[in-house]
Amino acid sequence: MIAAETAGAVTVGPIQAVLVAVLVFIGSFFLVVGTVGLLRLPNVYNRLHATSKATTIGVSGIALAAWVYFGPAGEGLKGLVTILFLFLTAPTGSHMISRAAQRMGVEFEEGVTWPGHTDSEPEEPADTD
Amino acid sequence: MSSHVAGLMATFLSAALVLTAAVTLAVGYRVIIGPTTPDRVVALDVIATNVVAIALLYAMFTGQGFFLDVSFVLAIIGFISTVTVARYVTEGDIIE
Repeated sequence: MIAAETAGAVTVGPIQAVLVAVLVFIGSFFLVVGTVGLLRLPNVYNRLHATSKATTIGVSGIALAAWVYFGPAGEGLKGLVTILFLFLTAPTGSHMISRAAQRMGVEFEEGVTWPGHTDSEPEEPADTD
Repeated sequence: MSSHVAGLMATFLSAALVLTAAVTLAVGYRVIIGPTTPDRVVALDVIATNVVAIALLYAMFTGQGFFLDVSFVLAIIGFISTVTVARYVTEGDIIE
């Protein structure tokens, strides 16, 4: 097995091992939740609601596990940079996808209207400029 | 004692890798079936995020830290590709 040969580069104590296991479990759980939401929810907006939050939390959990594994002041800091980057970019990307879907004319679910509008035709959100 | 912990860690991390890979393959269903183009864009974004998680898990599995760089670059590429495709399907071109 690859890990048994090369794991000598990083020494992991029992407490670190337990922390890594817990964080990886939490991250994998949220990745599974995001995927189930993507596959089961009925609409592209609902699917964005499921994926953009749950998968970000899932990857953040695994990156925190990598931070614990590789040492809090060494190479593991790159995991924290990845978390920061994901928290900045995942909402931006999902916002752009949802705006593109609305401009392409993807309908909302039955009975769902744009906030503040009663007609079925969604408009651009009112800016106060 | 130490090798025992390392063996348990390797088993757990390989199980997490298999689970994440299975989840990423399941997302491919939405890429193929997805009724509209934004559905496919969402699914590809989720695949990019899952591949970041796979790179991080593989970094821990092999104990090689440079896979953290791989995961960070993959996160950047995933964001750029999502923004590019979302702009392409609305504007029709990317750079005017």
